[in-house]
Parts: sequence; structure tokens; C-alpha cells
Amino acid sequence: MNVTIVDYNSGNISSVINSFKEVARDKVSIEVTSDLKKIRSSDKLVLPGQGSFKSCVDALNNINGLVETLNEFAINDKKPIFGICVGLQMFADVGYEEIETKGLGWISGKVSKIDNQNGNYKLPHIGWNELNIVKDSKIFKDITNNSHMYFVHSYELVPNDKSVVSATTDYSSNIVCSIEKENIFGTQFHPEKSDKIGLKIIDNFINL
Amino acid sequence: MLKKRIIPCLDVKNGRVVKGINFVDLKDAGDPVEQAKIYSDGGADEICFLDITASNENRDTIYDVVDKTSKKCFVPLTVGGGVRSIEDINKLLNCGADKVSINTAAVQNSKLVEDSSRKFGSQCIVVAIDAKRNDSGWEIFTHGGRNPAGINALEFASKMEKSGAGELLVTSMDKDGTQSGYDIELMQKISSAVNIPVIASGGVGTLDHLVDGIKSGASAVLAASIFHYGTYSVNEAKQYLASKDIPVRI
Repeated sequence: MNVTIVDYNSGNISSVINSFKEVARDKVSIEVTSDLKKIRSSDKLVLPGQGSFKSCVDALNNINGLVETLNEFAINDKKPIFGICVGLQMFADVGYEEIETKGLGWISGKVSKIDNQNGNYKLPHIGWNELNIVKDSKIFKDITNNSHMYFVHSYELVPNDKSVVSATTDYSSNIVCSIEKENIFGTQFHPEKSDKIGLKIIDNFINL
Repeated sequence: MLKKRIIPCLDVKNGRVVKGINFVDLKDAGDPVEQAKIYSDGGADEICFLDITASNENRDTIYDVVDKTSKKCFVPLTVGGGVRSIEDINKLLNCGADKVSINTAAVQNSKLVEDSSRKFGSQCIVVAIDAKRNDSGWEIFTHGGRNPAGINALEFASKMEKSGAGELLVTSMDKDGTQSGYDIELMQKISSAVNIPVIASGGVGTLDHLVDGIKSGASAVLAASIFHYGTYSVNEAKQYLASKDIPVRI
């Protein structure tokens, strides 16, 4: 089996690469590429994302044919894909960071700024916060409810259909921090930076 | 609920830790990678490396340290010291740093903070403020505390927030190295002046100082010597904070 981390110049992905390689060891091959052919033939994809929603969408669009390839992979072929942070946010229809920007449209909904309640909550939401698991997800196998995960973000995914939400975290309101919709998985937190529990989530995805 | 963070900091010079941890099970007290691993296994919420390498020829050693650490530690890693340009930031991030802390270069050229936060995202740009009390408040210093900048610390903090900094790492130069506690008034003033997280630094000697730092409004507390010299482990510090009703990840 091979898992491909999509490298589309979305900022720093070395931590994602390190964590997947740590978990995969010699059992699974981890490829990091923007080559469409390799992405298409991969068994699973990881879509990282750092920086703004707009900069990540722009970076996807800058690689000719990448969005089409991702659509084919996730929607037509229904193969497992895991979005991390802005990688997850881009699954939405639209994002409002910097300027209104169209997302991949796989999860109906929008990405908007966390309500800081007149400065009562500092943004970015940085640090370790608890996972409130609201529905069973394959990536939560052997993960205890209320485990701590590492977050860094100022924007949140607001899906229209709440049934895709697998976990929330409490910061200003119940922020969606994990989704599962058929073959589509995503976390707002960074499993690659969430110590052993984060690595377990990565392991669960690899072993799907 | 978001937890308060404890961040142990390691001073690294020419690729080696300057002040070593006195642990029996440690093979090499000067190896930053091994020490970072001990901290992360002990529950550190993040790890911070401060590169105090003086000469440019030895700068590459920090990249090697970051690269090795990021393959072993799966908690956020911040690297500061001598960061001057977009290229420096890019190189550190590519080696596996999650955040970069900028001090002198942010004072000399606030555009670097703007440009880098736009390019890499605010989440990885930490501005380090070294502040010293004067008659009218606090003045910031550059070059590792050597040069007075003639700039008010509170005004600078707000300016950095506007420029796109994701966090501020605030060190009291009056308190640093004294083990007499953080400059609480400084932390309070800066924390309430900005809407981004503040990391308190400089002066920790006891676990109560960590408690005071958090109560001042800081989102995270950074300490070096109490952990370096094995006075307290990160886990002991967290247990103590928890006993004082401060939310921590245990």
C-alpha cells in the first residue's frame, strides 16, 4: 500500500512528512509529490495546508490538473483522503479568509473566522485542547474521548450537514475539529504535532 | 477548554546545548536532540531552541539539530536566534521547525514580519520581545539584549500584532537569569494590549512563578534553568499548576 502526501507548495509540510514516516516505518510507503499520475495511482492521500485558505486554494490551482485529479480520487473513485488544518478547510464550498474564495466543495459549508467574543478569546487558537467525540470515526479507533490535540488556527469549518462532524473542541463555541464523510476525513488539529495520540490517529488512517 | 502551555527552552550553541540537564539516564548532556526528546516524553507542550551561535560559519549546525529533533519529537518546535530573512525562516521550516521566533530583525524591519506571516502563515511567526524597565515603562532591546532600540515595548507589541505575528514571546531583561519570577506587570500589560497569545519568559525560579505567569494573562510560560538543572521536571511543573486549578494537559 502507498500513502501520498500532496505537495502543492502550501507551506511547511516537513512535520507531516516526518510523522507519517514515523508511523509507516517499513510497512507502508509514504510518497511526497505533486505528480498527478502518482497521486492518481495512490491508495490514500493526505492533503496538508498552512497559511491562509486563499493561499492554499491558489497553490492547488497553480498546479495544472491537480484539483481535477483530487476530485477524481475523492469523489469518483472514493478513495480515502485526509485533510489537515487548511487541508480540511478546503473541503468546504467557500472560505472567507482574506477574500471570499471557492473551496473544493466536497463538504457543504463555509470556513469563517472564529468569533473571539469581543477579544475575550485570543486568536489564533493556539495550543492543546480537548477532543469531544460526537460520532464514531474510523480514525478515532483506540482514541479516548477528551484526549488533547494541538491546534493552530483562526478560522473554523462550519458544515451545513452536522452529521459529518465526528468531533468538536471548545473554544469560544463548539468548533468542528474532525469530520468523516464516507471516504473523506479531516482534522482541524494537527495530528502530526499531537504527540503519541496524534500519531495513533495517523496510524488509524494508514490502516483503514 | 484550551490548556495553558509549558515550554522548556534549550540554549543551543554550535549545535550543542549550553546548559545541560543533569539526568542520570542521559547519555550525552550536550545533545539537544536527546534533551528535547526527554522534554517531549515528559509532557512538554512545545519545545523551544534558542540558537546562540555567535559566528555565521556555525549557523548550519542549528538546521541539523532541528532536522534530527523533528524526526523524534512530535510536539511543536520553535526555533529562534539569528533569524534575519525569509530565506532563514524558509530553511528552518523546511528542516522541521513549526514556528520561528524573530527578534532583532523584527525591530529593524517590521516588513519581514508582514511578509513572512503572509508567506508562511501567522501560526509560525513568533515575535520575541526583550524588554527592560525605564522611567516611562519598558524599552525593547535587540541583539540578544545588547542594544537599546528606543522603542516602547507596549507600542511595539501592538505593532507586531498588526504586522501579522501569531504570538509574542516576551522576556523581561530585568528578570532574566535572576530566578525571582517573571515581570508580572509587563506580562499583564502586554497580554491585555494584544489579542494574540503571549508567552511569558525570563526569571522563573520556582513553580509558583509559573502560576503567577499564567495568572498574569499569558497563554504559555517558557522556562530554561529550572528544567535544565533538573530542579523540576516538566511533569512536576504541570502537576503543580493543575493543583492550583490552572488547566494543563496531563
